[in-house]
Amino acid sequence: MAVEPVIRVQREDFDIGAEIAAVSRGRTDVGAVVSFTGLCRDEGGALAALELEHYPGMAEAEIARIARQAVDRWPLQAVTVIHRYGRIEPGANIVLVVTASPHRQAAFEAASFLMDFLKSNAPFWKKERRADGSEGDWVEAKESDLEALGRWH
Amino acid sequence: MKLIYFAWVRERIGRAEEEIDLPADVRTVRDLLVWLKGRGPEYEAALQYPEAIRVAINQEHAGHKESIAGAREIGLFPPMTGG
Repeated sequence: MAVEPVIRVQREDFDIGAEIAAVSRGRTDVGAVVSFTGLCRDEGGALAALELEHYPGMAEAEIARIARQAVDRWPLQAVTVIHRYGRIEPGANIVLVVTASPHRQAAFEAASFLMDFLKSNAPFWKKERRADGSEGDWVEAKESDLEALGRWH
Repeated sequence: MKLIYFAWVRERIGRAEEEIDLPADVRTVRDLLVWLKGRGPEYEAALQYPEAIRVAINQEHAGHKESIAGAREIGLFPPMTGG
């Protein structure tokens, strides 16, 4: 049975508990649910917010391509990816990945794989808004994030 | 062809998107980046290091050697920082 990933790109916040509950609701064959939530940090008080820009259309399409790779690679029963855009303040959610599988290893690995590829391949860009009111810089992509992709080859 | 820009590429060029007619000898992604860079100081500022620019053809990632024949929409942007 093919798993159809749930993918949402939205401005609004999401309910982590509801999303986790949804992947196993009404079924008795799920043995492991893993979730990852990425939040906005305040960088020691220096950051007022992140402004997330995205490529509408491509963001959804690229996340779907990444999710399909995860479904092809691990025995998953459900995949949910939600990524926000717009202004996001410290403490608020940015991204949610939920995976469900009969056993934990697949759920853990698939969630980690999804996050590694979202970081470097999903068309989102973060701009900093500083607490002192000045306009910050665009967050730079990290070499370590690109290197993280290598472990999945 | 529609060109669409994001993040600091958009800011430096000073617009989010534009319709453009390309010369016939602009065949690959790399040709496009080099040709655009020559269009004016704002393009020069955005595309100073063309090898650093990421490109999507019809909303799918594309390497710099790929052909742009048949592209309806090409996106140009910096390395992504999602997640």
